[in-house]
Amino acid sequence: MSNAVHVSSPHLAAGGGAQRVMLQVAAATLPGLLALLWFFGPGTLFQVLLCMFFGVLIEALCVLARGRPPLPALRDCSALLSGLLLGLSIPPLAPWWISAVGMLFAIGIAKQLYGGLGANLFNPAMVGYVVLLISFPVEMTQWSAPAGVAGASQAGFADAMQLVFTGATAAGDGIDGYTMATALDVVRANRLTLTEQELLAFPQFDDGIATGWFTVNLAFLAGGIFLLWRRLTSWHAPVAMLGTIAVLAFLFHANDPDRFASPLIHLFSGATMFGAFFIATDPVSCATSARGRLYFGIGVGCLLFVIRTWGSYPDAVAFAVLLMNLAAPLLDQYTIPRAYGHGAKRSSGS
Amino acid sequence: MNMIARAFGWGVHPPENKSQSTAAPIQQAPVPSRLILPVQQHIGAPAEAVVEVGQRVRKGEVIAEASGFVSAPVHAPSSGTVTAICEHAVPHPSGLAETCILIETDGLDEWAERKPLADHATQSPVALLEHIRGCGVAGLGGAGFPTAVKLGSGARSNIEFLLLNGVECEPYITADDRLMAERARAVLDGAGLLARLVRPKRTLVVIEDNKPDAIRALRAAADGANVEIVVIPTKYPSGGEKQTIQIVTGREVPHGGIPADIGVICLNVGTAVAVRDAVIDGTPLISRIVTLTGNALGRRGNFEVLLGTPIGELLRHCALEDDRLDRLIMGGPMMGFTLPSRDLPVVKTTNCILASAVGELRTPGPEQPCIRCGLCADACPARLLPQQLYWYARASEFERAEKHHLFDCIECGACAYVCPSNIPLVQYYRYAKGEIRHAEQERIKAERSRERFESRKERLAREEAEKEARRKERREAAKRKAQEKSGGDDAAPALAPEIAAAVERVRQKKAARQRDDESDTGNADGSGS
Repeated sequence: MSNAVHVSSPHLAAGGGAQRVMLQVAAATLPGLLALLWFFGPGTLFQVLLCMFFGVLIEALCVLARGRPPLPALRDCSALLSGLLLGLSIPPLAPWWISAVGMLFAIGIAKQLYGGLGANLFNPAMVGYVVLLISFPVEMTQWSAPAGVAGASQAGFADAMQLVFTGATAAGDGIDGYTMATALDVVRANRLTLTEQELLAFPQFDDGIATGWFTVNLAFLAGGIFLLWRRLTSWHAPVAMLGTIAVLAFLFHANDPDRFASPLIHLFSGATMFGAFFIATDPVSCATSARGRLYFGIGVGCLLFVIRTWGSYPDAVAFAVLLMNLAAPLLDQYTIPRAYGHGAKRSSGS
Repeated sequence: MNMIARAFGWGVHPPENKSQSTAAPIQQAPVPSRLILPVQQHIGAPAEAVVEVGQRVRKGEVIAEASGFVSAPVHAPSSGTVTAICEHAVPHPSGLAETCILIETDGLDEWAERKPLADHATQSPVALLEHIRGCGVAGLGGAGFPTAVKLGSGARSNIEFLLLNGVECEPYITADDRLMAERARAVLDGAGLLARLVRPKRTLVVIEDNKPDAIRALRAAADGANVEIVVIPTKYPSGGEKQTIQIVTGREVPHGGIPADIGVICLNVGTAVAVRDAVIDGTPLISRIVTLTGNALGRRGNFEVLLGTPIGELLRHCALEDDRLDRLIMGGPMMGFTLPSRDLPVVKTTNCILASAVGELRTPGPEQPCIRCGLCADACPARLLPQQLYWYARASEFERAEKHHLFDCIECGACAYVCPSNIPLVQYYRYAKGEIRHAEQERIKAERSRERFESRKERLAREEAEKEARRKERREAAKRKAQEKSGGDDAAPALAPEIAAAVERVRQKKAARQRDDESDTGNADGSGS
């Protein structure tokens, strides 16, 4: 009998490993990444690669410093995914050290100091993003001009690479030649002074939608639908978040279209879809029960709308998500599902 | 309404692996040379041995009597001689030893007189229930609850649904499947007897849709009978009693309650057949159908096995390839436990022996951190939050684990099955439950000793007070007696001058002596007065 193993049930596992979840989520960002590359040039590719590189490096150093073997921690691919998500959020032509600083805060502080994967209170990528946005407002608000907008010129592969690593192209041009206020910047700057028609006459808009951003958001939405289809994330947080934004934007827009942007602009510009499916769904820092995730999504949607409309930042996914991360443990406390047999209705069976 | 199975979101779809053991009909396992019969094969109080070492027993004879209300007797599965009544390892995850009756069989398999319940159709429910109790029938689905006790509670309640559970959702196991396919008539006869006892409004046999033979056989046999065959989608763990009830009736067994509380009685189909055999044939529960399966066995299938048969003998009968064996499990791969030895008997609750080959079952991989993906919560049939329970169990925050309904966990393993991080979740819950139960016992023990201590203190104080009261009583009595002796109150003044004079004399004498002492030795012992 000595040859038989003794283990606890269950003796079967669907398995797959945490890394499979991470890699599938990463794969789901591909349409969005491609759309970003198409409209905003190859810069995002450098940002993503840089962030992933620094993410893995900092994760390895932190795990070593904590006296643990680095390989198992790296194998779960969570640092790669965090890097990918931050890289997608950074302006395409931002200097290389932006990603280094961002990942230091994302992985080093928000993740490893809290105990590593699964123990972090805040979404690591969003902590990195907010630190960068507050510390380096200039670098973090210079978005490339989207292709197809009058007056926009795109940096090619070589130019983009040189801009990211040296701050200037071979010809000596700076980043300014390639950037432009984003659609949400335009809304924020002018919504109190211009009418809706005047606003939508800006080159950043076309037929009432934000050029480039609309497609990027559609692409992230497609990736999100892939996540839902593969059951890699639950629908609760994204649907609640998008629904809340849509309802709020619709109500305010219907009431005063000159002062409040339309639901179409809110839902399909900036980081809305990316945030809904890839940030608000981070299981570690989100609420955990289905009902909790609904409330979490509603909270993110409300905060996003409030900050975009009355705050001093044009986009607000990171702030809204981080604030709701803070509320997640409280939500968990009050959204424990009714377990089988507790307060059950004695409904008739037939 | 005919189809009453409800859609349900929870559950998992592990590979079924049932075809390995369904090819052949149920075979009779050989009578082993030695039988090991634990006196406890059921939930409740162990039975008490009523045979002696050296005694010859015949097949079907009672060898241990039920003791107490929730208990069940044990019968000799074959004829032979009792060789010992001693502690022997029983099938339990811990390799626990319990009192067992060991019988050396004589190969004659000679029956004692079988006593079917005569005219069972006209017998009173009480007589029927007593007969079932006397035949030692216990739930064959897994828990082994004495059937007569369950039926008794049903007979007292207002039962709407009698459910015969033929769901058998555990992978690999096909014992109920084959039983229903081959003895559909017996299942329905059993159902009829049970219905007489609990008088339900509806009697249903519940089967998963992956057992077409059984469904066909039952439907054919049920034609005209007052029994409905309900087919539910295949999903683990829909065969758990609470889950089956929920799927079929939409009702939930209340926390801390029993199915009878919501008008439901649920029994395994094998139990129904055992009831039928007991009543109609007079056969006590001495054998059961066991699935022998797993890639380490050369011969796989279902066997009618005598209770007490050593598992080692069964494995030999099924051509176990020792060098291929990875683990030996009693029960299925989702809830079964690995056996610490082969010298263990088949008992009333043994539905399957799974001898897996290397690579067939999960090898526990390195545990990764929980990423709170929530797949476990989606799978949980009790609607718990396994990810939170895991967190609290790990951090020994048992109070919060209990608040998250830890004790409603049925340990089905669906959460651990889906966990992408390879976390052995069920093990964490078992640990937490154990710790909480232990702490509770400690608390009760401490409470008892405190009560004992306080009642002792009280008793001592009471005794002291009584003693004091008695002392006082005696003093009073003595005083009264003295007074009576001296002739009462009016006599005292007459004597007083004489006594006073005597006292005065003594005092003066003492004073004189004291003065002498003081002049001799100072004040050393002058306090004698």
